[in-house]
Amino acid sequence: MTDQSLHPPIVNLALMPAMAPPADVRPGPVTWIKRNLFSTPFSAALTICFVLLAVWLLHQFLSFAILKAVWSGGREACSANPEGACWPFIAEKFDYLRYGAYPISERWRVDLTQAIGTILIVWLLWTKAPRRKLAAMLFFVFYPIAAFVLLRGVALLHLPVIDTTLWGGLLITLLMSIVGIVFSLPLGVILALGRRSDLPMVKAVCVTFIEVVRGVPFITVLFMANFMMPLFVPDYLTPDRLLRPLIAIALFSSAYMAEVVRAGLQAIPKGQYEAAKALGISYFDMMRLIVLPQALTIVIPSIVSTFIGLFKDTTLVAIVGIADFLKAIETARVDPSWAGPTISSTGYLFAGLVYWGFCFGMSRYSQSMERQLVRGHKS
Amino acid sequence: MSDFSLSVQPRRSLSLHSTKVRGIFYQVLLAGSLSALALGIGIQTVSNMRARGIPLSFGFWNESAGFDINQTLIPYDTLSTYGQAFWVGVVNTLFVSLLAILLATLLGFVVGIARLSQNWIVAKVATSYVEIIRNIPLLLQLLFWYNAVLKPLPAPKWSIEIPGGIYLNNRGLIFPEVQLHPGAGLVALSSAAAVICCIAFWFYARRVQRRTGRQLPVLSVSLAALIVFPLLMFLAAGEPVSFIRPQLHGFNFQGGHQLYPEFAALLIGLSVYTGSYIAEIVRGGIQAVPKGQTEAACALGLSPGKTLRLVVVPQALCIIIPPLTSQYLNLTKNSSLAVFIGYPDLVQIFAGTVLNQTGAAVQVMAITLAVYLAISIVTSLAMNAFNRHFAIVER
Repeated sequence: MTDQSLHPPIVNLALMPAMAPPADVRPGPVTWIKRNLFSTPFSAALTICFVLLAVWLLHQFLSFAILKAVWSGGREACSANPEGACWPFIAEKFDYLRYGAYPISERWRVDLTQAIGTILIVWLLWTKAPRRKLAAMLFFVFYPIAAFVLLRGVALLHLPVIDTTLWGGLLITLLMSIVGIVFSLPLGVILALGRRSDLPMVKAVCVTFIEVVRGVPFITVLFMANFMMPLFVPDYLTPDRLLRPLIAIALFSSAYMAEVVRAGLQAIPKGQYEAAKALGISYFDMMRLIVLPQALTIVIPSIVSTFIGLFKDTTLVAIVGIADFLKAIETARVDPSWAGPTISSTGYLFAGLVYWGFCFGMSRYSQSMERQLVRGHKS
Repeated sequence: MSDFSLSVQPRRSLSLHSTKVRGIFYQVLLAGSLSALALGIGIQTVSNMRARGIPLSFGFWNESAGFDINQTLIPYDTLSTYGQAFWVGVVNTLFVSLLAILLATLLGFVVGIARLSQNWIVAKVATSYVEIIRNIPLLLQLLFWYNAVLKPLPAPKWSIEIPGGIYLNNRGLIFPEVQLHPGAGLVALSSAAAVICCIAFWFYARRVQRRTGRQLPVLSVSLAALIVFPLLMFLAAGEPVSFIRPQLHGFNFQGGHQLYPEFAALLIGLSVYTGSYIAEIVRGGIQAVPKGQTEAACALGLSPGKTLRLVVVPQALCIIIPPLTSQYLNLTKNSSLAVFIGYPDLVQIFAGTVLNQTGAAVQVMAITLAVYLAISIVTSLAMNAFNRHFAIVER
């Protein structure tokens, strides 16, 4: 007897060929459009409105920035064209926007500093790069010293001293944000540890500092640094005009960084602390070797978002007379020799593109980091 | 034999190895160095201020300020004191912040929900808005609105005319002034009565629903009451409200109210910028509500609109409110960017003009910081109370 005879003959053993799905669920552009753009009359109306809006906005943007823009020529070409951006203006002011009034013969020092910084940051942020501890060490200890020597200059090394009043443009913006991150991260870690400390006095000091700084606008902190710091110290110790906002930005962002780090510390399971204590590891070794490495890894995305905020906040230093990138744009756009109908808009468009590029890049990095962390925890 | 037993008695000596002693030592060290620093700074500041002839008291508070402010909500003129100028600044800061909070919340909720829309293009437009606005500094946006959008508007003579007696030009938005005649009080009174009736009806409807499960048409009844009562009274009192239309005299308009471009730029900039952050918070909050809730509501036969309104949003609100509060505080703090475009807020008037005129940097900065701290503390306390009331009670 074969197997076959066990089944009643009515059963068809051969597999039926798969039928195509019904027309309205068949994957394809038409179904997709129907489902995602025209599912209901209301949705269809929205689709039409928003398509018109998006097309209009895109058209406005493209015609201003590219199609009707002036790409070559001089002032006359720009003042004759009231409809498009004036890119020769940006081209002529480009060096000013990058370096401010930094002496032309010494600008290679700025380039070198920025190149070293870029290499170190890429090394630090690229998770698969080897020896990232060394990178961190270089970035947080060696780089600030090197940048100081290169940018300001040391007469002994035959690098003429450049007065900080001459610094400006993107150089200041990048300097402010790098100083902010380099000093605010360690300070923030100390403040966060202090806030979670068992010692009431330490805790009170840290909580007061964090909450007061987070409760006031950055502008007032800058005002304080600018107007009050010279009153606080004897005349011979008065900080340089560029150093004052740098101190302000470091202290200000350290309060925000402290809250980010605290979130990381709270996310570490209690067992980690208890296990470390049970092994007889001292407080500082426990924090340095066990808790902080884990806590800081968790909060890398938040650190990057704080850094984006810091980067955007550097625009405010113009209020105390520092010519950062945005201030350079402001100065350039009111230059009477370039008076034209679209100079302001071109300046703001360029500034917007630069800031957006930096911030969007960073936020994308932070998002990819976040996904990576989620994957890491699952495995 | 006793040598083998371990001593488990903790050492009671005052050595540096005891955690307690070390803790006290650290704290004394910290307190000592902080007070030494404060004392040093204090002495140095006083001597520096004396040397530079800067006043050490708050005496300037009652002196005449001598400068004018173009946008005030409370009485102020050049003869007013620095104290009054301070209050003008505080009121202006609060005014623009509150209005911007209102607009930003509306915008944020709409965009946040739009980002989750089934409609692909709506979701994409909302996402682009958030991604563009969040990644550009607020100051750049304010300068753009002020210098590139509002300032290039035509001069008053060539104003853009909007029907209803509204004019738009480079001095701002000019709109008719409302003038009240006798009898307007009755209209206001009837509006108040309508509001009270609505609240009473809402409570009654809730009780009916709790008892019987029957839902009363709260929304339509309230809307009817709010429109019909004041309208009837308005007609009965003989239309006691009239408008003064602005008229062009020479180079500027006379009559009517004026919305200054500085104010408008700040309001638009703050709302658009904070709205993008609120949109992200709203999206996160709605996504954090478990999908089972929506499915359960669907299974019970609730319509998608009711599911959103009665099931998803109330739960999402509990998640949304704490970060929303911090966005409101950020917005209030960001309103200090007014100083860049010349809107007379607290920082521009007080920490700017008053500080420069009196030179009393320490006093002025201390007062300014105190105001912002007070705003943030009051808001946090209010929101904490609200939060306690609305927190999800896990059963």
